[in-house]
Amino acid sequence: MSTATKTFEHVGTRPIRHDGLDKVTGRANYGADYALPGMLHGYVVRSPHAHARIVSIDTSAAEAMAGVKAVVTGSDIPKTNAKLVMGEAALDLGAMGDNALAHDKALYEGHAVAAVAATSPEIASAAAEAIRVVYEPLQPVMNVDQALAPDALILHDGMVTKGRPKPDAPTRTNVALRMELTRGDLDKGFAGADVVIERTFTTPMVHQGYIEPHACVARWGEDGQVVVWTSTQGHFVVRDCCAGILGIDAARIKVIPSEIGGGFGGKIPVYLEPVAIALARKAHRPVKLVMSREDVFRASGPTSGTKIRVKLGAKKDGSFVAASASLYYEAGAYAGSPAGAGAMCAIAAYDIPNFLVEAYDIVVNRPKVAAYRAPGAPAAAFAVESVVDEVARRLGKDPIELRLQNAVREGDQAAYGPEFGPIGLREVLEAARCHPHWKAPLVPQPGRKVGRGVACGFWFNAGLNSSATVSLSADGSANVVTGNPDIGGTRVAQALMVSEELGIPVERVRPIVADTDSIGYNDVTGGSRVCYATGMAVIEAARDAQAQLRARAAKIWDVPVEQVGWERGRAIALNGASGREPLTVSELAAKLMHTGGPIIGSATVNAPMAGPAFGAHICDLEVDEDTGVSRVVRYTVVQDVGKAVHPSYVEGQMQGGASQGIGWALNEEYVYDAEGHLQNPGFLDYRMPVASDLPMIDTVIIEVANPLHPYGVRGVGEVPIVPPLAAVANAMHDATRVRFTALPLSPPRVLAALKQRG
Amino acid sequence: MATVHFSRGLARYTGGVESLTVDAPRVQELLVVVTERFPGLTQPLEVMAIAVDGEVHQHHDYLKLRPDSEIHFVPQIAGG
Repeated sequence: MSTATKTFEHVGTRPIRHDGLDKVTGRANYGADYALPGMLHGYVVRSPHAHARIVSIDTSAAEAMAGVKAVVTGSDIPKTNAKLVMGEAALDLGAMGDNALAHDKALYEGHAVAAVAATSPEIASAAAEAIRVVYEPLQPVMNVDQALAPDALILHDGMVTKGRPKPDAPTRTNVALRMELTRGDLDKGFAGADVVIERTFTTPMVHQGYIEPHACVARWGEDGQVVVWTSTQGHFVVRDCCAGILGIDAARIKVIPSEIGGGFGGKIPVYLEPVAIALARKAHRPVKLVMSREDVFRASGPTSGTKIRVKLGAKKDGSFVAASASLYYEAGAYAGSPAGAGAMCAIAAYDIPNFLVEAYDIVVNRPKVAAYRAPGAPAAAFAVESVVDEVARRLGKDPIELRLQNAVREGDQAAYGPEFGPIGLREVLEAARCHPHWKAPLVPQPGRKVGRGVACGFWFNAGLNSSATVSLSADGSANVVTGNPDIGGTRVAQALMVSEELGIPVERVRPIVADTDSIGYNDVTGGSRVCYATGMAVIEAARDAQAQLRARAAKIWDVPVEQVGWERGRAIALNGASGREPLTVSELAAKLMHTGGPIIGSATVNAPMAGPAFGAHICDLEVDEDTGVSRVVRYTVVQDVGKAVHPSYVEGQMQGGASQGIGWALNEEYVYDAEGHLQNPGFLDYRMPVASDLPMIDTVIIEVANPLHPYGVRGVGEVPIVPPLAAVANAMHDATRVRFTALPLSPPRVLAALKQRG
Repeated sequence: MATVHFSRGLARYTGGVESLTVDAPRVQELLVVVTERFPGLTQPLEVMAIAVDGEVHQHHDYLKLRPDSEIHFVPQIAGG
């Protein structure tokens, strides 16, 4: 389904990605694949305590061991109050450095407190065991209720609540930020409602679960030049964060990104890189650091566990008249949960005249959260979309009809402030309503209940800064160079854009992800921004190259450049120059050295936030009431993507996001004991869905063109993780008549609820 | 004159003023006028992005304003 009017020759096709063969044959180099002559192996010492003061660290025995070349602790990372404005928010470099190597307190189990570099992994591990750390254990603060208790232990002395703290907020606090969104008269709105539903929901802390653990190699050269090879979503961020954390001139740091085995937001922060640089500086040799899977779970950013109270009021006719929501998000050990984004997304899909949404960012003794696909939105949608489902049932309304009745449209003021431009929520919901899945009868199997649920999701999509060059070769092929690690097939998408602009077949366009020395600045691969913003830079760079090609044609034809046009990959003669045969890119490229030399098109963009996007998911869930085991048996994702540049990878993003959301809904959770020790830091006990757990996920691409992008692209990667939590929970309610307000819907929880239901 | 809209939350710092018209060529000058008139807004606005005519910008100081521009302040976000 498409509302776009522009026609494309290359964009919208499905060529094989350029990096595909290397990846499926194992030739591609990921973070842990790099090795340098003389390279040392690092090992990180991590706190066994969730909350403890570091009394002393004795590294002498480790340093005396044969083969040990360097030991570092928090004293090797300068304390700083510096912030780095990078992309969408300011990064707290002091917190990031303290997270890399703790200075005074261990703030979660697994918090790095020291690191060793040695000639073998075995020696490094043995030396790590020889480091004596004396801790003064403190009571851990493990969740929002504990953190908000009047007698709660305070994680950070001096923390004050930023944003809009309540007037009676305590001066000593674990609340880093409070924000609110309000409109209309809440009391009057609820007073006019015929139906009011109010519930409190919880979601657990979950991990992004990327298959490739964090890994890097750092080299500190004799000339003071630093090179880092790392798996990251943004090597420019790595460069600037490491410079700020370590007090090094960023001009001395070059970061080379490896291929990346998943990130989903979790590979935006730095963890190992500053430590590896500090070790390499001391050892005068390259140092490699690789996280184990346990390290990844314990010490790299998951996303927030949440507690969310939602109240929604509606008229008998179905119109929503008032909503309130309080969102409490665990930030982990340092400030910076996605509570604000959750608040902005919570009711973004609906036109509600009266509302109050407040959000709290709360520090607890867990790993510092990192971004995770549409950060903050899935938990908020779980709460709101569950209540919307309940309102629909109470009023006897079809849940899609009810959503359509209240859906925002172009010109409506978003709950977070500005007016929506062209958006596709209504098109998405119409497509979901018309989909065969929505109309198909549910067929329960013997001994099992089956139910169907639907939910909506919203994400802003980001713009930000990108750079690109397009260089033409004499054989008529081209390179397109950008600075965004390719996570979701963005290289082939960028090649398709060059093909579209210059008429060069996509297999003759070589997309390259360049290091920090070889391309202009690029913000991270995140926020669903690469196909949109970096894509804009690529298109502009290609158009720059195209303008130069027209000038070359003018030179060949000896006419003013104004008399040369461009059509389907060829320079064509316009009025005054007619009669000349068009010149193809290949023909023009063959004459480059005779018409002025090489051609390189370049562009940079500072793009505004991309077009907002919506999705709707339909889930059929089968539940075994004897065991509590549930299984998704049919699932459909409908999403407005603006324009699908490479539909296969757009569909892949939609399926991948849905899969992660289903895992979040059904099984995933961080399980801690009372002392704050993580009990399930591995894939055997942290249960993520695998291919055999899921049906083929159907996808429907809706294309409501985004006017901010030349092709209408919006971005696709984040919206699809927003609806599944609620879609699955709503299907569970349909199957069991139990409204679950806590995730995951794991067999023990389901079984207990069914027993209680009777 | 650009129109600046303050959410109800921000209006706490404006004495209840929910919108203001400001004659300013760019966002930078507009923010000076706004925070001089409402000094209490300075700290809350540090953690906010700005939407000009529906487009949300993170780097906005030198953005030119139209006479009929609509300004909203929105929380900063970070994507994954």
